[in-house]
Amino acid sequence: MKANDKKTNGVVTGIIANLVVVKVDGPVAQNEICYIKLDKSNLMAEVIKITGDKTFVQVFESTRGLKPGAEVEFQGHMLEVTLGPGIVSKNYDGLQNDLDKMDSTFLVRGEYTFPLDKEREWDFEPIAKAGEKVTAGAWLGAVMENRIKHKIMVPFKMADQYTVKSVVKAGKYKIEDTIAVIEDKNGKTFDINMIQKWPVKQAITAFKEKPRPFKVMETGIRAIDSLNPITEGGTGFIPGPFGCGKTVLQHALAKQADADLIIVTACGERANEVVEIFTEFPELVDPRTGDKLYDRTTIVCNTSNMPVAAREASVYTGMTLAEYYRAQGLKVLLLADSTSRWAQALREMSNRLEELPGQDAFPMDLSATIANFYSRAGFVYLNNGETGAITFIGTVSPAGGNLKEPVTESTAKAARCFYALNQERADSKRYPAIDPLDSYSKYLEYPEAQDYLKANVGENWVEKIMEAKNLLLRGKEAKEQINILGDDGVPIDYHIRFWHSELVDFVILQQDAFDEIDSSSSMERQTIMMDKVLNVCHTEFDFESFEEVTPFFKEVINSFRQMNYSEFKSDKYYSFEKEVEAKLSERRTA
Amino acid sequence: METQAFQKIYTKITNITKATCSLNATGVGNEEMAFVHGRKAQVVKIQGEDVTLQVFAGTEGIPTNAEVVFTGKPPTLKVSDELAGRFFDAYGDPMDGGPAIEGEERETGGPSVNPVRRMQPSDYIATGIAGIDLNNSLVTGQKIPFFADPDQPFNQVMATVALRAEADKIILGGMGLTNDDYLYFKNVFDNAGALDRIISFVNTTDNPPVERLLVPDMALAAAEYFAHDKGQKVLVLLTDMTLYSDALSIVSNRMDQIPSKDSMPGSLYSDLAKIYEKAVQFPEGGSITIIAVTTLSGGDITHAVPDNTGYITEGQLFLRKDSDIGKVIVDPFRSLSRLKQLVIGKQTREDHPQVMNAAIRLFADAANAKTKLENGFDLSDYDERAMDFAKSYSDALLAIDVNIDTTQMLETAWGLFDKHFTKAEVAIRQSLTEKYWPEGKK
Ligand SMILES: Nc1ncnc2c1ncn2[C@@H]1O[C@H](COP(=O)(O)OP(=O)(O)OP(=O)(O)O)[C@@H](O)[C@H]1O
Ligand SMILES: [Mg+2]
Repeated sequence: MKANDKKTNGVVTGIIANLVVVKVDGPVAQNEICYIKLDKSNLMAEVIKITGDKTFVQVFESTRGLKPGAEVEFQGHMLEVTLGPGIVSKNYDGLQNDLDKMDSTFLVRGEYTFPLDKEREWDFEPIAKAGEKVTAGAWLGAVMENRIKHKIMVPFKMADQYTVKSVVKAGKYKIEDTIAVIEDKNGKTFDINMIQKWPVKQAITAFKEKPRPFKVMETGIRAIDSLNPITEGGTGFIPGPFGCGKTVLQHALAKQADADLIIVTACGERANEVVEIFTEFPELVDPRTGDKLYDRTTIVCNTSNMPVAAREASVYTGMTLAEYYRAQGLKVLLLADSTSRWAQALREMSNRLEELPGQDAFPMDLSATIANFYSRAGFVYLNNGETGAITFIGTVSPAGGNLKEPVTESTAKAARCFYALNQERADSKRYPAIDPLDSYSKYLEYPEAQDYLKANVGENWVEKIMEAKNLLLRGKEAKEQINILGDDGVPIDYHIRFWHSELVDFVILQQDAFDEIDSSSSMERQTIMMDKVLNVCHTEFDFESFEEVTPFFKEVINSFRQMNYSEFKSDKYYSFEKEVEAKLSERRTA
Repeated sequence: METQAFQKIYTKITNITKATCSLNATGVGNEEMAFVHGRKAQVVKIQGEDVTLQVFAGTEGIPTNAEVVFTGKPPTLKVSDELAGRFFDAYGDPMDGGPAIEGEERETGGPSVNPVRRMQPSDYIATGIAGIDLNNSLVTGQKIPFFADPDQPFNQVMATVALRAEADKIILGGMGLTNDDYLYFKNVFDNAGALDRIISFVNTTDNPPVERLLVPDMALAAAEYFAHDKGQKVLVLLTDMTLYSDALSIVSNRMDQIPSKDSMPGSLYSDLAKIYEKAVQFPEGGSITIIAVTTLSGGDITHAVPDNTGYITEGQLFLRKDSDIGKVIVDPFRSLSRLKQLVIGKQTREDHPQVMNAAIRLFADAANAKTKLENGFDLSDYDERAMDFAKSYSDALLAIDVNIDTTQMLETAWGLFDKHFTKAEVAIRQSLTEKYWPEGKK
């Protein structure tokens, strides 16, 4: 990044919380990393502003005890992650330090640990052959990382076209062993091993094309799959007041979504929620593969008590790891909880820098920052014709639960799916508290996604989704009328309409994330329930008065819910199905 | 204060505001403690040789030639078993007339626990209060505040919970506590014969407000000593965190920071999280559980303090007066314990989760019926029954004066279901209904 090879040094001249002013003796670059010496440790920091001879750095650690005069050494590169086999199943902090390699109970300031394992041997299989022309991201070989076929690629930083000179034979290698030699057009050769580095704030673009995403990603969550489906490579966000179920929903996605790799970025949230993942995931089985869930999960965490500056880094670290695996032709699901904490970290720093504040004191460029981040997700065709995807779903924690605030509004512009969690639904324990009327999936409007659903789920699936949504809307309208005019002030039909929407709500929307069976619903099961529910709504029943409507539907709903709680196609499931049938027959108009 | 030979003494203050003063000094570390005119102060900003100190007791009467002495140390607390049974002020100095504590001097507000060295909270805390145990069960290592208007009896409920929780140590962090409330806690713990398990760090309304900022870190440093070093179950009571936050906003205003919502500093979330995240379950058995109080004004939980707190803590306990029964209840709608699913139905009887949900759902139906009634509509038979149920449920289970064991709570709930509803209306999984529905009906 700088012409000059000599390292730039500096001294600390000012300290305001984790913003430190450094006087430097040479060139520095925006976002360059430096280390500040404090006692025996080095505190990592990033350049965020330069004015004259004052360089402002944000320190990724507590600055307690730091004094003016402390020495600073600039590193000549931006904040980077280390990429290579061994990332899966790791627990990283926001700067990609391997937390398990730290021995003490309490985090030690300035302790940085290597994110991969240098001693581990991997079974390497060559892919490229001598003589092939390759560019950045081309697959040279692969190792098996759990179930993932981890490709060893031409490093993304290598910008030219190269010729493969040699690739090592199949066998056991460590990450620092040379596995291939490539040559540029001037005849200069490069030894390639399994490690490469990449600056987190830059997108990895080693792909040919990024079309609109169209393949729908199964999540097992009915409120998503059966009402507002998300695509592989799609983007979505989950705003909601505290306690409405954002994290529970994200954890459900992490457990059930159909993806090769899940990267969970815990950004400024509770440590116990991360503990939950690494306590439970090693035990839980991925129903699709039979492997443990942990075998496809990586955690990047900067919990709320960890240094604030590293919080911003954590989401970028998560995204860059996701891009690395997408370039290997994998489907990655990236989750971030909560992107509001990241925005707040930006706000704290912007305030300390005394920048002109935007709305709610957030930085002026917040919207652009968020849009830029979401744009790194997506479905891609790689240069070799294979496909890869990063599906990104972030939560948003709006102040006071009010969605008219900068982070929610900026995110709404960037994300294509909106899963709004509603306080009233959460209060009445209608979980997941996704508001069925406010929420949307723009992908339902994509003709290519509609075609995909037709071909893979059912000929009329999109129409059925629309009908279910319409039932919910009409039910709400009916309810409003009933509330204004009274139970007997409206035709019976209004009550029926209301109960149709309750049927959709209770049987399809609501789903108990903590029930072993109900928590995940296969697509086959979802289509069956959708048909059953719509079928009830298409049936005429005999009611003498409105007073008969409520008990009837309550019983039907109860039996349907028992079905949801029973193992799919088990005896119990069929017996409750019969029960539903019997109840319907009693009242069906002849 | 003891001045040591090598310490430099400064006598030229250049700037004084209500809470801070600045001077030219060298060799000073960030967050270092100092004495200004004999008052404790802390370094909050360094710009070249210009050092800004926050003076906890306020700057009234400080002259520009006051003596400023830097201690070379961050805030610390001496920890040892001698802490037990003692009362301290916000600086950790004894206020009970007893001797100073001998022990290892530790930094307060120190680093956080490595997430991978934590254990998932897993021990059920029974309090006897059904509004908590049945609907919002607490777990060791949890952090949870009471959200209550200032006139609610939150300190009483908190003291009751603390005494019933079977903790090895109870650490009280009082911030802006009235003297009466302080004496109340002292008496209750004394009467329960628990004084030797109690450690208090108290800033009362008589003390300067900014001093409060030291209280949580003091209390939690003591808690870490007992939980981490001694493997004990520690319960930390922090009351009132709204007054703590007010002190934060005073300081940030004095430092010309751009305020965000409700004139709170933009860093409020991080500031509060640093405190609450000290709650932890250690694999070796020790734990820190934090029960706090966040007072509301007029029940408004969208105010920045309760709002940020809600985003940090693992639920909240909402107290409100139920006019139907004339008692204070733990509101089942707005209250939540996020960790309850780790223990309910596992360390408590299997029907606990479903009974809890069903009762709350039926209580919500009653609330709807009430609205209907208020709007002048006729009630259906179901509405009437739901409203009857709600009254008994509120009285027998939600009221804060309830003291029964968890199985009794479940039995009581089944009894109420049976009295007021059919099985289909209660809609609990059939296998459970078969087992627990009281005999003799449907
Ligand atoms: N699908 C669900 N099924 C059952 N319970 C749920 C569900 N979703 C949420 N809950 C309940 O709501 C509680 C809060 O959920 P969660 O922790 O996900 O909220 P959140 O929106 O992430 O809040 P915060 O913003 O404070 O992090 C959970 O602990 C659980 O009790
Ligand atoms: Mg959450």
